[in-house]
Amino acid sequence: MSARAETWLWLAQRGAAIVLAAAVTVHLATIVYAVHLGLSAAAIIGRIAGNRAWLAFYIAFAIAAAIHGGIGLRTVVRETTPWRGASLELATVLFVVFLALAGTRAALALFA
Amino acid sequence: MIPARTTAIDWRTRQHPAWWAALVHRISGVLLALFLPAHFWALALALQGEARLDGFLGWAHRPEIRLGETALVVLLAVHLAGGLRIMALELLDVRAGQKTAIALSAGFGLALGLLYLLEVF
Repeated sequence: MSARAETWLWLAQRGAAIVLAAAVTVHLATIVYAVHLGLSAAAIIGRIAGNRAWLAFYIAFAIAAAIHGGIGLRTVVRETTPWRGASLELATVLFVVFLALAGTRAALALFA
Repeated sequence: MIPARTTAIDWRTRQHPAWWAALVHRISGVLLALFLPAHFWALALALQGEARLDGFLGWAHRPEIRLGETALVVLLAVHLAGGLRIMALELLDVRAGQKTAIALSAGFGLALGLLYLLEVF
């Protein structure tokens, strides 16, 4: 992969990281809040169901996590194994797309 | 054949806390990325009805699952705090106090983990 493409991957990973910094902070606060109140599935779904703001938040969160995680895994693979080339790039793209779709599906499941 | 470009971590730097911080950031990142598909699958159980999700959450009340969740909270908190330190270094050129920032990142992760443990047990 060209140096130019590597730079774009770095920018995408850090851009996603900025989104995640805010999203993970909210997520950790929500986790502690939810376990503190001992929330049931009904309560968790009730918080998100029909709420477009939470839906947008979780979809953005999932997509950012997919981009950040996929590019990050690629970096770790390149640091620790000899795996390079088109197969690694394809695996990275597939992982990012799979995670983004699975995360969006989960957010829609809780929203609906 | 041209050997693959080496991007491996320099092993001579292991005496510095930043090396360990980099290692923790990579290990936590890999584990969180591999956990995400399972997390999304569990949340999507809501598609099969509230009872299905409640059944899963009931199963997840087991102590060993709670300990695993605690580990995930620690990993997420450590990865967040460590990531903020890296971005401050890369994007804002904040170089001072790296050892302190690394110690605070570790402390933040452990504090969140303990808070979660206190809440679930």
